Amino acid sequence: MTLLSATGLSASLGSRKVLHEISLSLAAGNLVALVGPNGAGKTTLLRALAGLIPSDGEIRIGGDALASLPLRERAKRFAYLPQGHMVHWPLPARDIVALGRYPHGATDPARLSPRDVEAVLRAMQAVDVEAFSDRRVTELSGGERSRVALARVLAVEAPVILADEPTASLDPRHQIDVMQKLRNVADTGVLVVVVTHDLGLAARFADHVLVLSEGRLAAQGAPAEALSESVLASVFRVSAYRAEFQREAVIVPWADV
Amino acid sequence: MSVQDFALATEVATRRRWGATAALLALVVLLSVLSLGIGPVQLSPLAVIEALFGGGSDVAQVIVREIRLPRTILAFAIGGILGLSGAALQGLLRNPLASPSLFGAPQSAAFGAVLVIALGLADVRSYALPVVAIIAAFGSVFALLAIAGRNAGLLILILAGLAISSFAGAATALVMNLSSNPFVVLEIAFWLLGSLEDRSFQHVALALPFIIAGAAILLSQASAFRALTLGEEAAQSLGVDVGRLRLFVITGAALGVGGAVAVTGTIGFIGLVAPHLMRPVIGHDPARLLVPSALTGAALLLAADIAVRIIPSTSDIKVGVLTSIIGVPFFLYLIMRERRALGGGVA
Repeated sequence: MTLLSATGLSASLGSRKVLHEISLSLAAGNLVALVGPNGAGKTTLLRALAGLIPSDGEIRIGGDALASLPLRERAKRFAYLPQGHMVHWPLPARDIVALGRYPHGATDPARLSPRDVEAVLRAMQAVDVEAFSDRRVTELSGGERSRVALARVLAVEAPVILADEPTASLDPRHQIDVMQKLRNVADTGVLVVVVTHDLGLAARFADHVLVLSEGRLAAQGAPAEALSESVLASVFRVSAYRAEFQREAVIVPWADV
Repeated sequence: MSVQDFALATEVATRRRWGATAALLALVVLLSVLSLGIGPVQLSPLAVIEALFGGGSDVAQVIVREIRLPRTILAFAIGGILGLSGAALQGLLRNPLASPSLFGAPQSAAFGAVLVIALGLADVRSYALPVVAIIAAFGSVFALLAIAGRNAGLLILILAGLAISSFAGAATALVMNLSSNPFVVLEIAFWLLGSLEDRSFQHVALALPFIIAGAAILLSQASAFRALTLGEEAAQSLGVDVGRLRLFVITGAALGVGGAVAVTGTIGFIGLVAPHLMRPVIGHDPARLLVPSALTGAALLLAADIAVRIIPSTSDIKVGVLTSIIGVPFFLYLIMRERRALGGGVA
């Protein structure tokens, strides 16, 4: 069943048109990987879908036109994780996660309703950050901080999660952990869209892959189709080593030098 | 972790913050009483309180209620709004070096006020003065944020602020330069230094409405500053209208700073210093820093205004001079502490 759809979606950054007439339809419970070369418009597409930047075309979320929803209502439907897990003040991790309840009216982490506290605790448990909930986020390692950022997004308990490169600058083990956590969340019925440069992670964890090239959808579908030999060649200018390991698809991009 | 553990952890932090705020409030009350008692005629705290509530001698009543009370109210309100504006601007820009005076807001407001005085457009006690000062302050902060852009780094903000305050200073100098009346020039020059001396309830009536309006606007945005901790994009995704927030903060700070400058001249650096003094006590949550920073600002200005009356000197030391002399070294210390971020370029 379609949860999030876009029809003829276009967007510009300044005078440059970054997205051209994109149409897509994504279902609840799916983990969708959004891949494409640098500058293909992945982040712009994510922002446009969340309504964070103006765009042309129509976006529908759960039967409503996004344009008709007030800011607060949008915030309840989309949990958005920007690149880099930026935190500007050294707040305790707990307060950061509690910000996920902001769209629900819980703007003060010291005065959460029992429902909000439960949501925050569930989110912290899901990504295993309870142990350092009292510590300042600025004192955490990169891997710990990315999990806190993820917990904040989970605490929104939104039907759609949009995550911009949540695995960037993490070591391999943490990358896999984060993708597995997002996979678990998708399995509870949430639509998770993840921007990633790692085609291997996309192939292993995603149900559906969107391949973006110069602001247009070059391919989409199950990982095996969307990341086919011809798509990789035309969009990424690479070939790939393909294999199966422990019954999961493995893709290692390869370019002759 | 259970719901109870969670509640307990937040309660401990909350209690600590309330304790600190209550202590600050007590300090402000104490300084206010001291401020009412100090001057050519020294009054004991007890005599001050007696006079304040209509007791004691007639002379003491006049001194306390008509001469020193307006001065004390202004010191409290102006110190408070400066501390609050500093904390709000730091919250908006997620930057510990943001403050009205570094952005040229008081200097611009002073230019607006000087223009009104020098051109003889209005009486010094008319509402034209604060209104023009507020417009000038609004213009300067708006220009600064427009120049600096959405995700401005420290370096851009400070350079742009320097340019704007230099420009406002030059414009003020030009007005004085072109003024044909030397008495007006002298009066402006002293007024620019910033002082709370000889202020009456007329001055209070002139500044207070704007200061209260500005404070109300800034305080109403408290929780949005907390969401901004995650950056503008994430805050927007949480339901914060960032464009509207910016406008509110600029308006609130301009109302407060413009109203303050119109009756006292420029008093700098309180907005920068106050939030920093509170962070070790209250924590870094920009929403929780607002009220304690306002109280700290009030305490600082009350203390400075007491100090200028106590320091022995042949002529009066202006309180604005004192706050800058203490504030600038503090600013330098902050630059040293932020050296890494500043050296990192325009990130």
